[in-house]
Amino acid sequence: MRKITFSEATREAMAEEMEKYPEVFVMGEDLARQGGIFGQFKGLPAEFPGRVIDTPISETFIVGGGVGAALGGARPVVDMHFADFIGVCMDEVLNQMAKVRYMFGGQAKIPLVLRAPDGLAGGGAAQHSQSVESFFIHIPGIKVVAPSNPYDAKMVLKAAIECDDPVLYFENKVLYKEAAEVPEKEDEVPYEIGKARVEREGKDVTIISYSIGMKNARAAADALAKDGVSAEVIDLITLSPWDKETVLNSVRKTHRLCLVSECVKQGGAMAEVAATVAEEALEYLDAPILRYGAPFTPIPFAPTLEKLYRVYPEDLVKGIKGIL
Amino acid sequence: MCTIRCFEESVKKDFLNGEIPGFVHLYIGEEAIGTGICGALRTTDFIESTHRGHGHCIAKGADVNRMMAEIFGKKDGLCKGKGGSMHIADFSVGMLGANGVVGGGYNLATGAALASKMILKNDNVSVVFFGDGASNRGTFHEAANVAAAWKLPLIFVNEMNCWASTTPYRTTTAVENISDRAHGYNMPGVIVDGQNVFEVYAAAKEAVERARRGEGPTFIEAKTYRIEGHFVGDPELYRKKEETMEIFHRTDPLKLFKDQCPEGIEFTQEELDGILTAARAKVAAAKEYAVSCEYPDESEFYKDVYVD
Repeated sequence: MRKITFSEATREAMAEEMEKYPEVFVMGEDLARQGGIFGQFKGLPAEFPGRVIDTPISETFIVGGGVGAALGGARPVVDMHFADFIGVCMDEVLNQMAKVRYMFGGQAKIPLVLRAPDGLAGGGAAQHSQSVESFFIHIPGIKVVAPSNPYDAKMVLKAAIECDDPVLYFENKVLYKEAAEVPEKEDEVPYEIGKARVEREGKDVTIISYSIGMKNARAAADALAKDGVSAEVIDLITLSPWDKETVLNSVRKTHRLCLVSECVKQGGAMAEVAATVAEEALEYLDAPILRYGAPFTPIPFAPTLEKLYRVYPEDLVKGIKGIL
Repeated sequence: MCTIRCFEESVKKDFLNGEIPGFVHLYIGEEAIGTGICGALRTTDFIESTHRGHGHCIAKGADVNRMMAEIFGKKDGLCKGKGGSMHIADFSVGMLGANGVVGGGYNLATGAALASKMILKNDNVSVVFFGDGASNRGTFHEAANVAAAWKLPLIFVNEMNCWASTTPYRTTTAVENISDRAHGYNMPGVIVDGQNVFEVYAAAKEAVERARRGEGPTFIEAKTYRIEGHFVGDPELYRKKEETMEIFHRTDPLKLFKDQCPEGIEFTQEELDGILTAARAKVAAAKEYAVSCEYPDESEFYKDVYVD
């Protein structure tokens, strides 16, 4: 099977959706002339003239204008440059995008995708490296997705564009360059937003993550396998609304749970999973829930400090061995 | 204008009687603006409204019965009782919603205008209403710049009513005329008497034609005055009631209408009285309708969070 990068997979998804729906367009900073700061939009401007729009540095317009364009009948994709910058336009996400459908009694439909490149990229420091997804799983009315591999990157983005609800699509900057097998278009299986995937079956412990955190989950499962420990690995893919049943079923089977993400651990997306398991499947647990995430600090610049911010597979392996 | 006035008077009375939940912001004295602007629009054109939005909604052609039902929180309201006064919308007439966030509408209207011109290629025009208070939001700058740079079919309608909640605009705003700012975006900025519906309409008509010709946005500053408190029940400790009433008697657009009629348009006092009486009856019927409707069933609670 052909191998393409995560970045190329998102580009393919965009091209296919723009081909299919004339009302799909994309706007953000540095898209038309540069192809996006990570090259993820390369080629699209020539293929779809007038539908890849360079905006001024005006985040409240980029997101608010996206909401308005959706109200006006278009199907916009907006790019945030860096996920960190969503802070600039929080009102447009929290009070406009997420609310207009409900508060207008279902009259509005907001088929909007907000693409947000996130995560540690090495030296990005406090304002260009964050994983901010956890803020948004607290907001009813929007959906939050964070794929972990090229195939999902493509299928989740296509599903997000076709979705009539607003979707925040978090795409990890390090994952952009990673290549993996992606089927040809005719062999694709559509992704259904809200579904997690059991990526690897196991019986001793369930490891759950999403986006780049899946690298830790997979590496830990590989290491544990060498020591005869069978880990079930679940890729959550959608963080809101998330697939509770798949998670609970797995915990009921393995009786142990390890959660990992790159975002700040306190109040992070995985805290919700942990709390739900504690509420609804505590009696199935044979050990305390393990949870790994970033420390409660802004992200430092110096490599010697930045490395302290990261979670490593060895952390998971050590922790899991401690609860077996 | 008469329907708006009667509607607001009715809402005020019912709110003070405890029949309406939440809070309401009245448009009394500012009726000529929404009426003049929306009079120049087609049903398919869009408006983004404000927390003080009943007048815009009526002027754009929303069903008055269902509007009143919404304000009463009833299931037959325009938004099924989920929005209320501050989130009233009627998409069937291009009224894309009031906004509870001051200055929240600029970018939405700009996006709708962008979709019309650049993506869907139709000739719909978008309008955003905002007060002098909202003119100090940064969102204005982002929307105005984009709208002008891309020549979007958009009209900024500033209802310069002199008060941002309890704060007089002079204490927070350096320019005398907010429309002066339009020049910084290379956009025409015009000032009209917001108490004269004909003058507002003329400016709106010109701005709409310019927008449809693809020549870009216009900023219309309509000079008016907020007669009521910021919200119903506002004790208005920050100003003198007599002064407000003096201004109202001098500038009431309903009273001034007859003398403002341009050549060729004439109404007898009887005709005008008849219009007001009909409006009063229409609003009384709307109130009766709203009261007769049920509150939303609990089964509605989780609906409309998502489409899928």
